[in-house]
Amino acid sequence: MEFLQSMINSLPGVLGQGLIWGLMAMGVYITFRILDVADLTVDGTLGFGGAVCVLLTLNGVNVWLATLIAMLAGMLAGLVTGLFHTKCGIPAILAGILTQLALYSINLRVMGWGTTAGTQATLAISVDKYDLILSSRFVRDLGGNIWQNPIIVMLPITAVVVAILWWYFKTEHGSALRATGANLQMARAQGINTASATVVGLMISNGMVGLAGALLAQYQGSSSVDMGRGAIVIGLAAVIIGEVLLRGRGKVLTGLIGCTIGSIIYYFVIQIVLRLGLGTNDLKLFTALIVALFLAIPYWKGKAAAARKRSAVSKEEKNNARA
Amino acid sequence: MLELKNVSKTFNPGTINAKTALCGLDLTLNDGDFVTVIGGNGAGKSTMLNAIAGAFDIDGGSISIDGVDITRQSEHKRAAMIGRVFQDPMMGTAPTMTIEENLALAARRGRRRTLAWGIRKSERELYRARLAELGLGLEERMTSRAGLLSGGQRQALTLLMASLVKPKLLLLDEHTAALDPATAARVLELSDEIVSENHLTTLMVTHNMRDAIEHGNRLIMMNEGRIVLDISGEEKRRLTVDTLLAKFSRAAGEDLLTDRVLIGA
Ligand SMILES: Nc1ncnc2c1ncn2[C@@H]1O[C@H](COP(=O)(O)OP(=O)(O)OP(=O)(O)O)[C@@H](O)[C@H]1O
Ligand SMILES: [Mg+2]
Repeated sequence: MEFLQSMINSLPGVLGQGLIWGLMAMGVYITFRILDVADLTVDGTLGFGGAVCVLLTLNGVNVWLATLIAMLAGMLAGLVTGLFHTKCGIPAILAGILTQLALYSINLRVMGWGTTAGTQATLAISVDKYDLILSSRFVRDLGGNIWQNPIIVMLPITAVVVAILWWYFKTEHGSALRATGANLQMARAQGINTASATVVGLMISNGMVGLAGALLAQYQGSSSVDMGRGAIVIGLAAVIIGEVLLRGRGKVLTGLIGCTIGSIIYYFVIQIVLRLGLGTNDLKLFTALIVALFLAIPYWKGKAAAARKRSAVSKEEKNNARA
Repeated sequence: MLELKNVSKTFNPGTINAKTALCGLDLTLNDGDFVTVIGGNGAGKSTMLNAIAGAFDIDGGSISIDGVDITRQSEHKRAAMIGRVFQDPMMGTAPTMTIEENLALAARRGRRRTLAWGIRKSERELYRARLAELGLGLEERMTSRAGLLSGGQRQALTLLMASLVKPKLLLLDEHTAALDPATAARVLELSDEIVSENHLTTLMVTHNMRDAIEHGNRLIMMNEGRIVLDISGEEKRRLTVDTLLAKFSRAAGEDLLTDRVLIGA
């Protein structure tokens, strides 16, 4: 009973966090599923978006504008990875790791902007002093600060983002991007510039992650150089959970909505295991194992199906031999 | 219309795996030529088609279409002029996209892709009509994913995609090889129809001697990265499998029996 009560208490936080990470998961979905590229830039991009947004807001920029610029900053990170990959011939996964590593230094610099040391690992921003879009403090607030309640704010933002992304992937341009991910050879034969489609895909994806980073920093009241560590895995977890639940592989709209639902469920499960006594420090281990398991299941299923077929054939052969 | 001059290509040069696939290849196609291409495994047929399509840079020589040098043009740029169907039925379509989406992609070959809606209503009617012409019932499945189609259906769809925007040149690389005999015959028939309706200049690779003889107005045979036989006009019309084999073994200086096996005559 007490457990149930505390679970219910944690629900608003789960929703708020899940909705923000849902945007991040959409970024992962775009590269991992639509473009068929494993992009590890995002771990750095999340912190980059957070750092840029907090720094700008602290320096008097309107918080919405700062959030928008954080998204553009994310797109810039995607552009760099895209150029590493398509113009320098670096394998996509390595290109992403390179940008991610570079972003670590850059994020320290961004957060240390104007300080004497020049670098800084965290940058706090208080919702008391700045008119942030949302804050975890108001996650239960349905009164005076309702318009800074993460759930209230994130629902329309998520809807708008999903609508824009869905529209884009239905346009000629977006269709070309989907074709690039679905069949590179065919895309080229149909006159699609697959290199530029890949770069654009990486930019959109990292733009989403930058946006999520900006919102997450406001939610937490700070950005930190570590905030994106393992983000790709959390994003993947959300993507996969969404797919399993909605059984939607291929349909873009289902995929995008699945990201948000998957992300909320992910945080819900995390709350459960935390309350069951798992330490916060063990969370990443837990997440990694869960994702590995879910990625392995389709593979095992395929193997089992093949084995069944084999044994059916050999049984038939035996029967034939006997006859 | 298509001109290959002294084209050469070596894969993995400077390694023990170095393989010269094209070796001073010359070929000129006239407008409306339908050329069948035969030759044993590894003769360089696919490499020639891929070189024309721009799948890789060639080491030497030049390629031009209608007098425009395309030797250094990227694959997707050339695609504006070239329609292709591959041997592997998986290669020609985007499996996770619907049939109509695949067609809409093909309908925009050679055009700038904008932020306009990816497929318009008026297009659907056109696609429905064109799919109905294939006679495979695909017009009733326009919103199914291409990945659900059988190999033959996919090749027919790819063929339609390759010709939806009329290409200057159509490249067919053993596009019926993965199909059962009846389906292969149907797809071949479709190819003939599409080529003659649109007066397409065509290169068709096949391992089937009879198909090579019965289709097109010209036949070339490749061996070791070169064209060793080039038969057209009246001589092509009178060709039989036996005379062709005799010509081949004379041209290639190889054992007739292994050729028979290789070419599957
Ligand atoms: N990408 C590649 N890398 C290395 N070698 C290659 C490559 N593509 C083709 N080759 C080699 O070039 C030679 C010609 O191959 P190609 O595929 O053009 O033959 P083909 O005439 O199409 O034969 P088939 O009838 O078997 O399709 C072969 O020896 C092949 O091994
Ligand atoms: Mg071949």
